[in-house]
Amino acid sequence: MEEIRAGVQAVRTDRLTVKSLMRLWLLLVLTVCLLLPAPAKAKPYDYPFDNAYAATIIGTPADLKAELPKKIREKELKLALPEGKQIRKLFWYEKAFRYSLAYQKEKAPLIFVVAGTGAGFKSPKMQILKRAFFQAGFHVVSLASPTIENFIVTASSTGMPGSLEDDSADLYRVMAHIWDDIQKRVEVSEFFLTGYSLGGAQAAFISKLDDEQQLFNFRKVLMINPPLSLYSSVRILDAMLQDNIPGGPGNFSEFFDRLMAKFSEVYQESDDVAFNAEFLYRVYEKNQPSDADMKALIGTAFRISAGNMIFTADAVNNAGYILPKDLKLSSTDSTTDYAKVAFRTTFVEYFDELFLPFFQSREPGLTRQELIDRQSLVSIEPYLVKAKKIGMFHNADDVIMAPGELQYLIRIFGPRATIYPTGGHCGNMDYRENVADMIYFFLQ
Amino acid sequence: MGPNRAKLARGFHLLTLLVLLFLCGCATSQPEIPAMRPVSEYVKPDVTYPIDVYDPLEKFNRGVYRFNYYFDKYLFLPVTNVYETITPDPVEDRVSNFFANVRQLFTLANCVLQLKPECAADTVGRIIVNTTLGIGGLWDPATTMGIRRHNEDFGQTLGHYGVGNGPYLMLPIFGPSNLRDTTGLVTDTVAFSLLDPFNFEHNEELGMAYVGLYAVDARHRVEFRYYETGSPFEYELVRLLYTKYRQLEIEK
Repeated sequence: MEEIRAGVQAVRTDRLTVKSLMRLWLLLVLTVCLLLPAPAKAKPYDYPFDNAYAATIIGTPADLKAELPKKIREKELKLALPEGKQIRKLFWYEKAFRYSLAYQKEKAPLIFVVAGTGAGFKSPKMQILKRAFFQAGFHVVSLASPTIENFIVTASSTGMPGSLEDDSADLYRVMAHIWDDIQKRVEVSEFFLTGYSLGGAQAAFISKLDDEQQLFNFRKVLMINPPLSLYSSVRILDAMLQDNIPGGPGNFSEFFDRLMAKFSEVYQESDDVAFNAEFLYRVYEKNQPSDADMKALIGTAFRISAGNMIFTADAVNNAGYILPKDLKLSSTDSTTDYAKVAFRTTFVEYFDELFLPFFQSREPGLTRQELIDRQSLVSIEPYLVKAKKIGMFHNADDVIMAPGELQYLIRIFGPRATIYPTGGHCGNMDYRENVADMIYFFLQ
Repeated sequence: MGPNRAKLARGFHLLTLLVLLFLCGCATSQPEIPAMRPVSEYVKPDVTYPIDVYDPLEKFNRGVYRFNYYFDKYLFLPVTNVYETITPDPVEDRVSNFFANVRQLFTLANCVLQLKPECAADTVGRIIVNTTLGIGGLWDPATTMGIRRHNEDFGQTLGHYGVGNGPYLMLPIFGPSNLRDTTGLVTDTVAFSLLDPFNFEHNEELGMAYVGLYAVDARHRVEFRYYETGSPFEYELVRLLYTKYRQLEIEK
């Protein structure tokens, strides 16, 4: 402000000399550059929520959503288990890796879509991406996040989700097997790849793997709202629950009852019951809660995803973390007490108590900081700088980013980063303009 | 009195034997190495956990849950898929509307039992409009006209008058319930067959077709698939959400 005032003063005294005009111009440009953390978008952006937590929870109001087809041509498919893969009896119902293929009748580009933390291939956000790409003429393969039970049990090589490198390698292997299975069914012109949230970060790692192995030679790759550092983002999400329940997480029950009192309206209008984190998001749509309440809700949704993941990783590895080692549970034994423990376990506790020892036993001498650093896009920064086919969509107010992290990503991607001023974490994914931009990114 | 008492005594012995057998079954101990985060340490008796629902029959319920998965997989979903494949979408919607209109009879009866005049008036309006203008309920002009739709059943009526949930029950085919809501379901069903609005008593084939189509339409409208939520605690989460959902419906 001081500078602007000085500039205006200068104009007045020098009476519109060319020099003063130039000085004012430079000042203005400088101020604008300082105020905007991101490359400016030319047109105004009218996504309706300024509050990033509300955006994250609510998403996009129905009348502002992109118009997407309700019924599409698709099949739910299964991938045979790798040979010799044993599945623990506790997970008797997980018989194969499940995914979906939406297909065109004629030759078309094929896009792989990777889900975010805790989301399956049929989750609401995956439906958005699938329908948008199908409508734009792509074949679409929808892949569950490596953090979800079906993936951990049937497709993970470690059974210990959270390692960007390992999980992405698992995804890549799954994609190769899927391609083996479906190439008789669909005619493909070229390959594309995208993912949102954690799936966005994994897309970058998969792209790097594919540049080495050259199986798909993706023409373009889009990362949507990826974390810069997985560890940093899960710390933020852990804290949202830990710090925002009045009286601490021990009082969760009261918070939950208060939340339940607001459930009613939402239940009246929704027939479907998908009991995942994203279901919880929908419940708050009708209310005007405080930021603390919204943080607690986002934290709760994340905690449910994390608890599911942690217990599954523990059981698959027979690690004796929450489920006693070698304990055989039958399909009629109660797991409620383990659920209580799992839902009280933070992601960071999982990282320190299960994840870190697991990778240290595979790689003696590995330090905690090294393992944290590996779960960051910084670890493949040189690749990201030169991989011109990779683009990134992000939001200036994404709630999973620590201060400075988005700026870091913008420095890496330069003009390949598109930053929307609002939208929270993935809240604007099906906003009309975003869908149009996304399709344009792949078709240009 | 004599023979009766003997019968009672025999019954008692049998019961004791069964309980003993059951306990023996439970006592097959496994050598247990405590977990790093043992339940004994992390689950505190003085803390209320939302995920706790009164479920004394949990083993039985989990068995039924598993049965429902297989029933879905080998019969219910394949039949529903065939129905969805051969039936054009507009026809599916007519079928759904038809049954929804019939169900409004239950709602009406229970609105009256709960002494909710507004609910009863809306529902009478809906039934009249949809049955006439909507041609036997196939269309739903009442919603277009803005007549509010209520959903009441006898389980909710019992809840309205203070009857608690009772033990959680997983019903075969029907899915999650509890003792109160199962009582309600049975009562509604019995009342419907006594009322017999479609004269199924003298038209058994029609009755069978009605029940079959009703079930298929119900499955068609529910997206839920057993063991596909991605949570190893799906049973607990379904139980919790069912219980909370019913609580809110009753409070409404």
